[in-house]
Amino acid sequence: MENVIEIDGLVKTFGRFTALDGLDLSVERGEVYGFLGPNGSGKTTTIRVLLGLLRRDRGRVELLGGDPWGDAVALHRRIAYVPGDVSLWPKLTGGEIIDVFARLRGDVDASRRHHLLDLFELDPTKRSRTYSKGNRQKVALVAALASSAELLLLDEPTSGLDPIMEAAFQRCIREARADGRTVLLSSHILAEVEALCDRVSIIRAGKTVQTGTLSELRRQTHTAITAETTEPVTGLDQLPGVQVLASSNGHLKLEVEPAQLDDVVKRLSHAGLRSLISSPPTLEELFLRHYGDDIENPTAESEAGQ
Amino acid sequence: MTTFAGTGALVRFALRRDRVRIAVWLVAIALLVFVTAASTVALYPTQESLDRAAAVAQDNPAALAFNGPPVALNTMGGQVAFQLSSFGLVVIGLMCFLMVVRLTRSEEESGRLEMIGSMAVGRYAPLANAAIVVGAMAVAAGAVTTLALLAQGLEATGSIALGASFTMLGLFFVGVGGVTAQITENPRVASGIAGGVLGLSFVIRAVGDVGDGTMSWLSPIGLVQKVRPFGGEVWWPLLLALVLTGALLVAAAFLATHRDFGAGLIAPRPGPPSAGRSFDHPLGLAVRLQRPAILWWALAVALVGATYGSIANSIEEFVADNQAMADMLASAGGASIVDSYLSTSLLILALVAACAALQCSLRVRSEETDGRAEAVLATPTSRSGWLRSHVATAFVGSALVMVAGAFGLGGAYGLVIGDLGQAPRLMAASLLYLPAIWLLASIAIALFGFVPRAAYAAWSGVALAFVLAMFGTLLKLPQWVLDISPFQHVPQVPAAAVSALPIVVLSGLVVLVSGAGFVGFARRDIG
Repeated sequence: MENVIEIDGLVKTFGRFTALDGLDLSVERGEVYGFLGPNGSGKTTTIRVLLGLLRRDRGRVELLGGDPWGDAVALHRRIAYVPGDVSLWPKLTGGEIIDVFARLRGDVDASRRHHLLDLFELDPTKRSRTYSKGNRQKVALVAALASSAELLLLDEPTSGLDPIMEAAFQRCIREARADGRTVLLSSHILAEVEALCDRVSIIRAGKTVQTGTLSELRRQTHTAITAETTEPVTGLDQLPGVQVLASSNGHLKLEVEPAQLDDVVKRLSHAGLRSLISSPPTLEELFLRHYGDDIENPTAESEAGQ
Repeated sequence: MTTFAGTGALVRFALRRDRVRIAVWLVAIALLVFVTAASTVALYPTQESLDRAAAVAQDNPAALAFNGPPVALNTMGGQVAFQLSSFGLVVIGLMCFLMVVRLTRSEEESGRLEMIGSMAVGRYAPLANAAIVVGAMAVAAGAVTTLALLAQGLEATGSIALGASFTMLGLFFVGVGGVTAQITENPRVASGIAGGVLGLSFVIRAVGDVGDGTMSWLSPIGLVQKVRPFGGEVWWPLLLALVLTGALLVAAAFLATHRDFGAGLIAPRPGPPSAGRSFDHPLGLAVRLQRPAILWWALAVALVGATYGSIANSIEEFVADNQAMADMLASAGGASIVDSYLSTSLLILALVAACAALQCSLRVRSEETDGRAEAVLATPTSRSGWLRSHVATAFVGSALVMVAGAFGLGGAYGLVIGDLGQAPRLMAASLLYLPAIWLLASIAIALFGFVPRAAYAAWSGVALAFVLAMFGTLLKLPQWVLDISPFQHVPQVPAAAVSALPIVVLSGLVVLVSGAGFVGFARRDIG
């Protein structure tokens, strides 16, 4: 499968601040790729390097088979971008701005524009000065989605949208995938990523810490088990990859690695199972596992700018 | 008094956040007063020269319309007040309503006020904050005015009266800004309406002062000028202005509590749902974004030019009585005093056009810092194409401003002397200034390309050119210092003959310096 984005060991510094510190990323054609990380982890910097707005310091970056810095103009014909912080010209109306971007891109699809305006319930006659954050985001989304770009770079595109608009957005992304387009979706709305993405990368402090499909990622983490047995179960603590969180009067709470799941369930069954709840790890748990120490010990890292 | 809760915290925050802005306004006003007073003192070394100047100005409608009521013109204080007060009052009024709108409506529009409003802040606190901060600025501006006048050795009572009238007009426009900020949801429109009030005040007092002065009472500027600094001061008009200011503030507070947050009293009209044909190219976008500023500059410069042009014909008798003025004009060289005067006027218009060129050129920087350049450059628009469209718009726009100024100058002069050929003659002459204007703008482009954070430092180039052109001869600066300004090298047509060499050299520098900016911009990070 051809890679649309290929990044190896990307380093970008701003003065003494290292924004990207050896980041890796590869996105295949036709997939919706989740790009996860907390604020300040380098998501926006990566996307700006991909857009040729920032020059990389080290590492290899290939976009649609070209060099994002040197071939910027040619590559931009095939890309649409939604910035995380959408800033518009206050005197122009939403409709005018959508058209400005469409014409700068040189590809205008009037019927799709019309359909998207309806879908997102956006009034194109309002001056953008009067738009809320969500409405400014809708302008950028309509401009990007109305294009026929083969790659969509979306930087936290839904942070200002309400749940109904979020659903509309998800429908649009599924349509884009059905059309064979590739989507790089930077987000920290995990439900959205779980709903849309084929594969994800989790980055932290400018480095990729985990990459894979959602099921691959899940396989690497614990399943939470809550059980009630007629007789007490002993010896579970001694098993590798099992953590007993609570145990009293036959009530058990466990965290179990995938490899031990079979063994643990057998032992529980021998002890006479009364009830069993097993929940797979959510993306949120995955995410928090990588950033857990940040939560206990909030350092400058989470404050650093993108 | 819970409706004012949190005002103190807001005031401290505003003073902290805007400390540089506030300082720049006050220093600029102090400099304006000091330099105007110093040059007036230098211009009239003897009582005789003052008497002659008084006699000429008293009968010159253009001078009265531009400067103000003739009060004690045969004294140094009266002359300084005459030269200073109308322009100075406009600057103070501008400062006050711009700052009030900034602290109220702009904060509200940006959404920052919403955060503040959700905290323990009273209903009137944002308005009270603006009134206190900007009111204090008006008081400080009056104080520095008085100090600058005293520093020139002018009489104390008159200096205090002039300073007090500055403060009072400032307070009045705090009230005006407070009201207009409630009327519309757009801060620029709020400033525009307040600016209209200020402009109307100037015009009403101009008409009044040319007549018998009765109409001037209807203008806030005219009203505070009735204090008659240095001419037997009358203080009660200040009290009247204070009462009117109080009424405006009460009205602003009433309006503020009778409208929704974020809304104005006037609802915004819907705009076009799709873009016109002009947006098909990046240049169309640049033109659309810069057009309003260029048109306002052109209109303002044309009016200033018309003012200068309308008095051109009477300049001869004015200069006949004033050796220092004659020396200043003679530095332009030339056969007739009127031609020298017209050349000097063109130079002043060119300096204003340079301000327009710089403001338009620096638009690229605000587009970048506001994040809009990023969105455009993520389309198939090349960096050089984007920058080129903005620079071309700024260059052509500033040329338009310059020619509009020359049209006003030549048109008004031509109407007075009945020779309509003057307008095209001066419009052609004004073109010679374009390379010098563009060179100052090119410095901004070069800075934008290589050290974007310092792009706004390009304004110091215009400031330097302004000081050298206006006060260089008066301050008797050495020639090599004067030669720093590109305007020094422009042939002063119509007083002097056209010579090609300086124009060619300046044009070459424009290409080199602005070209360097393009090279730098192509290589650096955006944002």
